[in-house]
Amino acid sequence: MKLLYFAWLRARVGCAEEEVALPAQVQDVAGLLDWLRVRSDRHAEALRNLGLVRVAVNQDYVGLAHPVREGDEVALFPPVTGG
Amino acid sequence: MIRLQLEDFDVGAELERLTASNHRIGGIASFIGLVRDMGGSDPVSALTLEHYPGMTERKLAEIEAETHRRWPLDAALVIHRYGRLEPGDRIVLVATASPHREAALAACNFLIDWLKTEAPFWKSEETPTGERWVAARAEDKAARERWTSPFQGTR
Repeated sequence: MKLLYFAWLRARVGCAEEEVALPAQVQDVAGLLDWLRVRSDRHAEALRNLGLVRVAVNQDYVGLAHPVREGDEVALFPPVTGG
Repeated sequence: MIRLQLEDFDVGAELERLTASNHRIGGIASFIGLVRDMGGSDPVSALTLEHYPGMTERKLAEIEAETHRRWPLDAALVIHRYGRLEPGDRIVLVATASPHREAALAACNFLIDWLKTEAPFWKSEETPTGERWVAARAEDKAARERWTSPFQGTR
């Protein structure tokens, strides 16, 4: 699975993207975030407040219950501030 | 039409092109967003707009399609810049054209409200105390909520 990070989430995680092999128990966005938070201190810090994290799977906004699978492009970023 | 670009745009030329040879159009509404020199309490010397290539184009196209679904428009245009910009620089142009002003004005308002809360752009400001990511504003979310009902249009 390809993970993308934008804005301050990228800065806190320390990379713009990473390729991860998904463990079998990770089935949805909530499971993915739980798993990422124990991957490293940087991930834990970046994902500390989920109220400030938006998730897109294959470039569509999704909620925590949305399924994730191998081959997906998952992006994590703060609320948007364009315009 | 949707455009995402680093370079500046010429508002007059863009509006001219939008209505060229379509004499059904009776009015154009437009919104132009500019870089301010004040963020919170600190002066801002520049800002950098980051976006999510691929998803940005996709979201802007969805927002444009939704606008056409809600209002009888002859043309709509969104140009959004990314990269480093300085105070006074143009960030975004939204323009809508229709036979009558009501549709053009409402559609333009809707487009910018939705763009601000849906399109994946992020601003970081350069200030005397360092770089600062701009936080999303509750007012922008409230402005978007006004249009939540799919029936809010003139169709």
